[in-house]
Amino acid sequence: MTKLTDISVGRHTTVLELKASDLLRERMLALGLTRGARIEVIRRGPSGDPTVYGIRGTMIALRKEEAELITVLD
Amino acid sequence: MGLTYQSTQNSAMTDLYHVDRKEGQYVIALAGNPNTGKSTVFNALTGLHQHTGNWPGKTVVNARGEFTHDGSENILVDLPGTYSLFASSVEEEVARDFICFGGSDAVIVVADATCLERNLNLAFQVMELTDKVVLCINLIDEARKKKISIDGKGIEEELGIPVVMCAARSGIGMEELKAAVIKVAGGKIAPAPKLVKYNPAVEEYIQNFYPLIENRNGGIPVRWLALRMLDGDEKLFQTMASHIGDNLWEETVHAANIGEAQLDKKVIRDQISEAIYQRIEEIKEKCIHEETVSNERDKKIDNIITSRRFGIPIMLLCLALVFWITIAGANVPSAILAAFLFGLEDKLIQVLHAIHVSDWITGVLILGLYRTLAWVVSVMLPPMAIFFPLFTILEDLGFLPRVAFNMDHLFKKACAHGKQCLTMMMGFGCNAAGIVSCRIIESPRERMIAILTNNFVPCNGRFPTLIAIASVFLISFGGNKAGIVPALAVTCMIVIGIGVTLLVSYFLSKTVLKGVPSSFTLELPPYRVPKIGRVLYTSMIDRSVFVLKRAVIVAAPAGAVIWILANVSIGDASILLHMVNFFDPFARLIGLDGFILMAFILGLPANEIVLPILLMAYLANGSMVEYDSLKSLRTVLTDHGWTYLTALNTMLFSLLHWPCATTLLTIRKETGSTKWTLVSALLPTAIAVLVCFITACAARLLNLVF
Repeated sequence: MTKLTDISVGRHTTVLELKASDLLRERMLALGLTRGARIEVIRRGPSGDPTVYGIRGTMIALRKEEAELITVLD
Repeated sequence: MGLTYQSTQNSAMTDLYHVDRKEGQYVIALAGNPNTGKSTVFNALTGLHQHTGNWPGKTVVNARGEFTHDGSENILVDLPGTYSLFASSVEEEVARDFICFGGSDAVIVVADATCLERNLNLAFQVMELTDKVVLCINLIDEARKKKISIDGKGIEEELGIPVVMCAARSGIGMEELKAAVIKVAGGKIAPAPKLVKYNPAVEEYIQNFYPLIENRNGGIPVRWLALRMLDGDEKLFQTMASHIGDNLWEETVHAANIGEAQLDKKVIRDQISEAIYQRIEEIKEKCIHEETVSNERDKKIDNIITSRRFGIPIMLLCLALVFWITIAGANVPSAILAAFLFGLEDKLIQVLHAIHVSDWITGVLILGLYRTLAWVVSVMLPPMAIFFPLFTILEDLGFLPRVAFNMDHLFKKACAHGKQCLTMMMGFGCNAAGIVSCRIIESPRERMIAILTNNFVPCNGRFPTLIAIASVFLISFGGNKAGIVPALAVTCMIVIGIGVTLLVSYFLSKTVLKGVPSSFTLELPPYRVPKIGRVLYTSMIDRSVFVLKRAVIVAAPAGAVIWILANVSIGDASILLHMVNFFDPFARLIGLDGFILMAFILGLPANEIVLPILLMAYLANGSMVEYDSLKSLRTVLTDHGWTYLTALNTMLFSLLHWPCATTLLTIRKETGSTKWTLVSALLPTAIAVLVCFITACAARLLNLVF
């Protein structure tokens, strides 16, 4: 099972499933992280975390703990 | 950072519901994703100067304004920016409840033309709540620059609601928007939203729900109600019950109890979100064309600004640059204002003498009240009026979320919320505003940490104190008037403040407010070139009005009190001197003196009066030196035994000491707890005393006092 955090910078991938629950899950859905959504891994922060992802035409930063809760296509 | 003074008078979010409308007035709600230029649309429509910032979560308090169309006045309510209306946060709840129960006649959904895909999600959700929706596609100028072409008519067709293309910053489309929304509110246009169709099981449930609900929906759209029966949580149900009445709600829930069991709430919510986004993808395919991949420019800028090597240095450099411009720019207006105001003082005294006003009253009015006012306006106002607009420009550019991004790993290590960095930056403008902005942090533990530590960034009222002291004592090292050394010194103070914020956050997380950092998502909005001229102008005026108002309300009476204290004697000394002598031994211990500590204590109502009070106290018995430049300020201070240690410790004490009265009241209101308000006053005070004690001891041990 591939997590979003396993995808290297510059690559694109597709959302399979959200493992997050409650508020975080709601927020992720609202941001467009639905099944099948395309994600681009844009860059990592100054200390390697958080990471900026391109999601539906916007740039969203997620900490490692959050990004790990998104499984993606390898 | 950056709320205007109207919005710092933090009206509770719930006040929003009570819209007093006059006969024939329409109430229009303004909804939209964070950072879509919603506040700009609001300002363009109403002419109010609500502060706009290019970062998510800016509007945490609600603004209300009026706009006229065809001679009739209407009310516009700015809802907090939200990504969704499923109410996972306070903002979403407020926005949803207002659209549901606020009695608005129409809703404008503001969408960012450069990322319509994400923005249309909210539009679809609003459309499920009400038919009376107008979509305002804002920032079409930005979209054009990014070579995104949008077929507005096509989207109108797809959604079934009026669509207006706007560039609110330039006023483009505003008249059309007004016309459209008034027509919708008045029923001249009846939008027929084409809602998203969900999977067959859900649709079947909705169909079965209609006949059962009959008239028990309490004015809430039945389709929406049915959907929430499927995926809503207990909290939502309670809100509904409180709005439409417990009995009615019970009947509704009873009626809804059909075939619900086999549908998993979580799965349904996923399916609903997925279906909405799939529909949006279809619309995007038909109506939106991007020539190139967008964001390319932003990515290039981010390569530098958020890079491992340059990210943090660039941030500090920007801060230092802002201080440098402030210091260099404040000198001249400061001298002009001082010359004018202190010149006027002599004239006023002559006038009062001429009409035989007693010396005592002249003293209170002129030497006390007027003179403090003059100090605040001449010494404190110019740096505040320069710093604030500069910071606003950084804010409008979209720089602040990048700062939060760069510093996030530090806040994570301190077990603090990622958004704490944003609330901290809000504190630069005004700590009270910073504390209100802590509402964007959902977790109570982390919100409390953010509230308790907000005070460690100096607000706009404390900057001038830091700047003045740094300039006075370090300008000789700078070699000239350029003031680079003082700018660096003030920057160092900020770094110390941020360091203390992180340490205290960590300490609180490991002791009284134990816990691990909760999740967060941070949007990095596109960079936008602000209308610099207008930002500078409105922000400078806004800040000056704010300072002047506070000066009149707080500084002037404080000045009068000081004069009385300095001129009423008990025994052989004035009350002021008695107070100073009382504080002196302790103050000396922490490298200050009795006057300074007393000024900080009397400055509780507002930080910008600390330095004026101190000067007043020093000068109370002697005559006023001619204020022509910072040099005369330096003379006053060194005459009273100031050393570099005194200067350093006064700056540190100013940076770390208790919050001002307004901030304390705000903390009391926001936390609802006297205990935490006390902590928020005592904790910084203890830290300030400790830090000053350490530097004083160190300086004495090393014989560094010079």
